[in-house]
Amino acid sequence: MAERHAQGILIEGLKKRYGTGDTAVDALKGVDMRVAPGEVVGLIGPSGSGKSTLLKCLGAVIEPTAGRMTLGEKVIYDEGWKIPDLRALRRDKIGFVFQAPYLIPFLDVTDNVALLPMLAGRPNGESRRQALELLEALDVAHRAKAMPSQLSGGEQQRVAIARALVNRPPVILADEPTAPLDSERALAVIRILEQMAGQYETAIIVVTHDEKIIPTFKRIYHIRDGRTHEEAGEGRAIS
Amino acid sequence: MISLAGRDILHAWGKFVFTGVGLGLLIGVTLTMAGVYRGMVDDAKVLLDNSGADLWVVQQDTLGPYAESSSVYDDTYRTILGMDGVARAANVTYLTMQVRKGDSDVRAMVVGITPGGQGEPGQPGYLVAGRQITRGHYEAVADFATGFKLGDRIRIRRNGYTVVGLTRRMVSSGGDPMVFIPLKDAQEAQFLKDNDAIVRQRARTAVNPALNRPGVPGLLDAVIASQSTNPYVNAILVQIKPGRNPDQVAEPIRRWKRLTVYTRAQMEVILIGKLIATSAKQIAMFLVILAIVTAAIVAFIIYTMTMGKIREIAVLKLIGTRNRTIAGMILQQAMALGVIGFVVGKVAATFWAPIFPKYVLLEPGDAVRGFAVVMAICVLASVLAIRAALKIDPAEAISG
Repeated sequence: MAERHAQGILIEGLKKRYGTGDTAVDALKGVDMRVAPGEVVGLIGPSGSGKSTLLKCLGAVIEPTAGRMTLGEKVIYDEGWKIPDLRALRRDKIGFVFQAPYLIPFLDVTDNVALLPMLAGRPNGESRRQALELLEALDVAHRAKAMPSQLSGGEQQRVAIARALVNRPPVILADEPTAPLDSERALAVIRILEQMAGQYETAIIVVTHDEKIIPTFKRIYHIRDGRTHEEAGEGRAIS
Repeated sequence: MISLAGRDILHAWGKFVFTGVGLGLLIGVTLTMAGVYRGMVDDAKVLLDNSGADLWVVQQDTLGPYAESSSVYDDTYRTILGMDGVARAANVTYLTMQVRKGDSDVRAMVVGITPGGQGEPGQPGYLVAGRQITRGHYEAVADFATGFKLGDRIRIRRNGYTVVGLTRRMVSSGGDPMVFIPLKDAQEAQFLKDNDAIVRQRARTAVNPALNRPGVPGLLDAVIASQSTNPYVNAILVQIKPGRNPDQVAEPIRRWKRLTVYTRAQMEVILIGKLIATSAKQIAMFLVILAIVTAAIVAFIIYTMTMGKIREIAVLKLIGTRNRTIAGMILQQAMALGVIGFVVGKVAATFWAPIFPKYVLLEPGDAVRGFAVVMAICVLASVLAIRAALKIDPAEAISG
């Protein structure tokens, strides 16, 4: 039974300034975003527009300068972090999917996925069962004992998605998840993300430049010069 | 929780083991150096043990017979035999030289002993082959390490000797194997000159008016005879009667015979504290340098291995892995490297120690201490890598 995350993620007036004085750079100048549970939105913008900075702020990797972020029903940032343990926040509440899968090369597929629940203190057996369930759902259970180097690019990305989902986080941040894939595989990844978002009530933000997948989003946030504006996407169905 | 360090090692076990073997050879050299020092100390103790003496009577104010030269008249032992508490006393000479056999030669300590004096101090106690010296001249008992065999003909100075017995672990404090020959031959060997030198010496004596007086017949012959004999030995080895205190027996010899007497404890101090002190410092210095080199190499290996996993560590941190877990992973890998290195080093040292020309003594205590030092070095060496790993920004996992 999937856990429901009432609010997804809500970002209000998020700002980030690098440096001080004359050399200060405002990477984010007031970002507003809202992603509902079960929704997949695209975040699009040219290089240097602030996408990565926004992703790092959302991922609790760097601290914003101002604004407010709410995850599920919990305010995690409001002019300062409201969560004492950001590491636990990243582990339990945020899933990450990267441009390259970045699987841990010395762990097999199951343990790559099971590592997160293990880090959260769950028993190994339970963690592995949970991992296998997700691998089954993502159609890579037959490679459960394989090492990452033995997988194709598409399989690696599905394992990475399983890892992002395994702790049932309310939000997944996907950073160019289809960049290294061909059209067919890229669309397959987006389809999987949409399925998982629906199944686990997870809000998913996909940062992308990939023209192949942009038409699949129902809602898109454009980011330019540190500000976002929302527009409706085509929401083209993936066959 | 699974062992990240264990999985990483298993994933690239070939590289890891190969690195451990390389480190192990270095550790093997370090253990061997310690063994060389222990061997030197053991050689010194074996020399004292094998002499079978409780007291060493030597020339006054010398550290003889091993650390300095010493000359004592060869009839002095008779008066010492009559002193209170003395059970046995025997003359002995020591001369380190090249002993020839055919076209080759071997460095050995030639020991002059009284033939047929079994049980006397200074005698080769235990033979692995052959028999003791029974004739007064031209027989020898050699240590196994000389490479001589029973029946071999060897040359010492101008005389030839037949090897009649073989011993084992009879070595000088420098680790040179011993060759025992009759005392008279050894005394001659110490002072015997070549024929030309003897002729020249006789001529010089003959032209000396003080030694060749026309009115004193027989004087010149007496002087020449005294010049060509050697009434000295290097030391007198003394065994004391059971239950007697060595210091109490030694004191009257010092007082009445005007000679220096060393007990076993004092002789150990001379051999270990003085004779091999410089060599010991040399080895200690080498050990310190090897320890530093080992630490530097372990640190470099662990640092390189860690830096090769920057992305993985960044991902681990991003997904919520505690710093403690990452530090533990690096520390466990460093220690595993240390364990592999130590095992390889210990095995290598055990195999190559017997090949060394001098005795290498690998003591279990040194191995335990070596293991502790290797582990400590690995822990210290991993600090650099752990610091670097903890500085890795989890944001590195996110592009841009």
